[in-house]
Amino acid sequence: MDLIEQYGPMLLRGFGVTVLCWILGTIFGMALGLVIALVQRYAPRPVRWLIQVYIEVIRGTPFLVQLFVLYYGGPLVGLRLDALPAGLLGLTIYGSPYFAEIFRSGFRAVPHGQIEAARAIGMAEPAIIRRILLPLGLVSALPALVNFSIILTKETVILSIITVPELMYQVSRMSTETFRYVEANLVLALFFWLLVETISRLGRRFERRITQHLIERT
Amino acid sequence: MQASSVEIRKVNKFYGPFHALKDVDLSIPPGKVTCLIGPSGSGKSTLLRCINFLEAYDSGEIRIDGQLIGYDSPGRKMTGRRLREMRRGIGMVFQQFNLWPHMTAQQNVAEGLIRVRGLARSEAERRAAEALAKVGLADKMGNHPARLSGGQQQRVAIARAIAMEPRLMLFDEPTSALDPELVGEVLNVMKALAAEGMTMVVVTHEMGFAAHVADQVAFMEKGELVAVDSPQGIFQVPKDARIQNFLRTYHERNSF
Ligand SMILES: Nc1ncnc2c1ncn2[C@@H]1O[C@H](COP(=O)(O)OP(=O)(O)OP(=O)(O)O)[C@@H](O)[C@H]1O
Ligand SMILES: [Mg+2]
Repeated sequence: MDLIEQYGPMLLRGFGVTVLCWILGTIFGMALGLVIALVQRYAPRPVRWLIQVYIEVIRGTPFLVQLFVLYYGGPLVGLRLDALPAGLLGLTIYGSPYFAEIFRSGFRAVPHGQIEAARAIGMAEPAIIRRILLPLGLVSALPALVNFSIILTKETVILSIITVPELMYQVSRMSTETFRYVEANLVLALFFWLLVETISRLGRRFERRITQHLIERT
Repeated sequence: MQASSVEIRKVNKFYGPFHALKDVDLSIPPGKVTCLIGPSGSGKSTLLRCINFLEAYDSGEIRIDGQLIGYDSPGRKMTGRRLREMRRGIGMVFQQFNLWPHMTAQQNVAEGLIRVRGLARSEAERRAAEALAKVGLADKMGNHPARLSGGQQQRVAIARAIAMEPRLMLFDEPTSALDPELVGEVLNVMKALAAEGMTMVVVTHEMGFAAHVADQVAFMEKGELVAVDSPQGIFQVPKDARIQNFLRTYHERNSF
């Protein structure tokens, strides 16, 4: 009981930081991924090639390594960030190529004829992107987007390594201070289950809402 | 109604090494219906899609009311803006309808009026309603494509094109994806459009439509335009053996 009194607020605060990191990391990562996917679709070949290299490099290295490079290597090139901003930047970069690939296949799922129909009436490319490609691409990308953002919740624990005071960080602190490893990790598991369950529920509901008009009545 | 004419001169198109259009010449008079027929893979769609430059032809000229489409001068592509301006005057209807599934029928029709013609939403919606009424869908304006039959979807697609007030309409097998009992409603809309004096180019396997509605019929085979003639000339007294052959196969397939 003392344990809850003593560590409860800290753990809750840690959970708050985890949720914050997850939300911002997902939003920024998706935004960057979307930009990458659009550039991949429209930019000239050399630019596309450079971006492909970026995608391969980020996907080919562990998040932990990226975070170390960013946080401890950053100052060597004048990039001095506090733990939290560094963690958010790290999450954003780490997630971006995965989100980019998800968007890319979402765009590919939009039937080409629907794009051609827009071109045929003289719509300009920016309007086609905004009005046709994005809404339809997002719909087909949605399940994969939700899925990857769930994966991303678990990557946030790695931020504890660079002392971001998120849940994992607080849980480790509690376990080293009290040796109550089981309880501490139970708390961790419980909070994550709560977060993941909430996200997937919201995701499913959102998906139902935006696809209701697209599915043929059977 | 203002109606465009199209002049196609010595047009060639290659897909890699494959010669898809071979020195095609065709005059499409204003206010008339021209049907393109021929066996599968003969280049009908390719030719049709070159007219609004959805497909780039490699040599020759396609002029709409005297204006070259796609190129400023031979080999120099025109800017996107100029191409879009020319496309405004050309409506296109596809075999697969290609409606935007996330928009209602009315939104599908209004979209171009808003984004391309720059009309206010209320005005665009009013005109969209008008165009939909014209194709007999006044009561389906709020339906999404998934809640419409194939024939209704294709009529929405026609409304989407005519709402832009084109001077030329291109149809690529507009009834081929439809159940037989829905073909008639689409053909009727097309006949009404023809009666208003719209210039129409129609790729079709509906020989009945070609025979009764077309002013001229062009027969293509293996990328070549074999013959252009009146429907009578093509269907009653075909001179070319390739046309006779094609019609024989067609009749055999359509009589059980
Ligand atoms: N994008 C493409 N790349 C390569 N070859 C193509 C492409 N589009 C068409 N072709 C080829 O060009 C030829 C003409 O095709 P097209 O679609 O114009 O034929 P069609 O007369 O419309 O046939 P159908 O009646 O089956 O629609 C075909 O042999 C086809 O395989
Ligand atoms: Mg075709």
